Amino acid sequence: MKVIVCVKQVPDTSGKVAVKPDGTLDRASMLTIINPDDLNAVEAALKLKDETGCEVVVVTMGPPPAEKMLREIIAMGADRGVLISAREFGGSDTFATSQIIAAGINHLGLNDDDIVMCGRQAIDGDTAQVGPQIAEKLNLPQITYAGDIKVDGREVIVKRMLEDGFMNIKMKTPCLITCIKELNEPRYMSTFGIFDAYNKPVEVFDYETLKDEPLIDKNTIGLQGSPTNILVSFTPPLKGAGVMLEGADKNTCNELAAILEKKHII
Amino acid sequence: MDFKLTREQQLAQELFRKFAETEIKPLAHDMDESEQLDMELLGKMQKYGFFGIPYSKEYGGAGGDNLTYTLCMEEVSKQDGSCGITISVHTSLCCACIDMAGTEEQKQTYLRPLVDGSHFGCFGLTEPNAGSDVQGAQTVAVQDGDDWIINGSKIFTTNSSFADTCIVFAVTDKTVPVSKGLTAFIVDLKHTPGVDVQENIKRMGIRAAQNCIVTYDDVRVSKDRVLGEVNKGFKIAMKALDGGRIGIAAQSVGLAQGAINETIEYVKVREQFGKPIAAFQNTQFKLAEMQTKIDAARLLTWRAATAKDNHEDYSSLAAMAKLFASDVANQVTRECVQLMGGYGYCREYPVERMMRDAKITEIYEGTSEVMKMVISGGMNLKKKK
Repeated sequence: MKVIVCVKQVPDTSGKVAVKPDGTLDRASMLTIINPDDLNAVEAALKLKDETGCEVVVVTMGPPPAEKMLREIIAMGADRGVLISAREFGGSDTFATSQIIAAGINHLGLNDDDIVMCGRQAIDGDTAQVGPQIAEKLNLPQITYAGDIKVDGREVIVKRMLEDGFMNIKMKTPCLITCIKELNEPRYMSTFGIFDAYNKPVEVFDYETLKDEPLIDKNTIGLQGSPTNILVSFTPPLKGAGVMLEGADKNTCNELAAILEKKHII
Repeated sequence: MDFKLTREQQLAQELFRKFAETEIKPLAHDMDESEQLDMELLGKMQKYGFFGIPYSKEYGGAGGDNLTYTLCMEEVSKQDGSCGITISVHTSLCCACIDMAGTEEQKQTYLRPLVDGSHFGCFGLTEPNAGSDVQGAQTVAVQDGDDWIINGSKIFTTNSSFADTCIVFAVTDKTVPVSKGLTAFIVDLKHTPGVDVQENIKRMGIRAAQNCIVTYDDVRVSKDRVLGEVNKGFKIAMKALDGGRIGIAAQSVGLAQGAINETIEYVKVREQFGKPIAAFQNTQFKLAEMQTKIDAARLLTWRAATAKDNHEDYSSLAAMAKLFASDVANQVTRECVQLMGGYGYCREYPVERMMRDAKITEIYEGTSEVMKMVISGGMNLKKKK
């Protein structure tokens, strides 16, 4: 059994956000972090490894410096990494990205008892599309928003968290799960892992590696193959300060009612 | 010459920094006030491999180096000096003794649990009448068949209230100077009859660290617990202290950097005379001078650690690093309190704690005066005969 965890290097949004003239993010000039929800997927995979001894393979698509992120996750306990990286893949939107990552997973080989785990969504695009799209393209059953995961042989029971409740859903491996931050508390790297991190294998899947995969088609990958057109990217202006009304008297209540009425809320 | 950290060292530094900021910083104030370490926190540090950094994977360690160990000491001490000394005594005094002088069996039995994060270690050399001058040592060990019987008392044994393993130094030949008649023993502090660990000694700084008197009353240990050769313990102790000084230098750098970081945040928001005090040249110049000194201290520390990693003679280098860095830690923390004024003096802010914690770095694991003896001892000052 192996767990393939898909992760993404994202801009550290606590720092400055830079946008290129074409509207895409200027990733090179920003500090990067591992996408927070992806770390929950990593932790879920590592927990499963602690329990069952399964292999954990961490996969990302990105420029060569993304290797450092893979090493960090190996230092947390993952066994090996795959970096999907090629000029041909650059500028991909979620459709094209999921196409390429699905091809990468297919190339890696998916066995009957394997599980693919992803974070719910990335903090840069906030689409939550890549995970589900990978599942569709690989014909895998999927459960999103996992708040709890139980694995028993080929049976996986996931508590799917929704805004107003939850569902417990059972599915069979191979399958895909997207994880939310309430699922767990991601572990740190450990010094035991760090001094091995660069001795463990990280394979690079470039265009040459993946070009014969059925999912790889020049018309559906990269900027060209991406159906999304970005009109404009900008940092949204900060919202103004809210109005605070204090008091429990009738006048304050009337004042509140008047404001709500004016905004057509009541 | 390359001042860049390796990829592994950079990852380790990220780990130590993130862990210390997230896990240690929120607890540091309360640990100081209560004079107690948070054992759950120490457990986490064990789990993430903070207690076995420069030891071989063969014995369960992280397989890292001494430079990485200094990165850990700095980042941890930036948030809390007590946690820093806890790691330092365990790593560069207790574990170092077994690593340098232990038999294969001793390493498997005692070093492994210490460096894999299962056990804590301590180091019993200092006695009420034997501080800088080990000649005054009165703890003795007498052979009795296949055993040794230890009697005496040790003071300021850091970590002793919770440690599993202690390296205890006892006089085994009274007919010669202590330097020729001292033997190191591995003592199981938790399960050996006759060992009594007393209360944490009330101190000015590093108050959360556990620093106790330990008495040994007819403590019987088998001869396979002798570390190295009988009567050759002095050299083990001195070598361990040489290495320990690198850790204390790094702790000093951490205390100073931690204090300056806190102060920078404060001076940006504190306004006097109509502007943030960071806008005054006095503040800027003071901070510039302090950061320069800290960087110099860090480079001396890294040089000593690198020499140790390269198996070069590092005794003087470690002493220089500790002498300089401990002085810098005291200067910088004191100036940081001054820059923060009345608030800096308040226990609500961490710099007063850092200032109190800094003082000990000029005292333990060899005072600054002893450091000067070590350094000048290597300067060929004796008149030619």
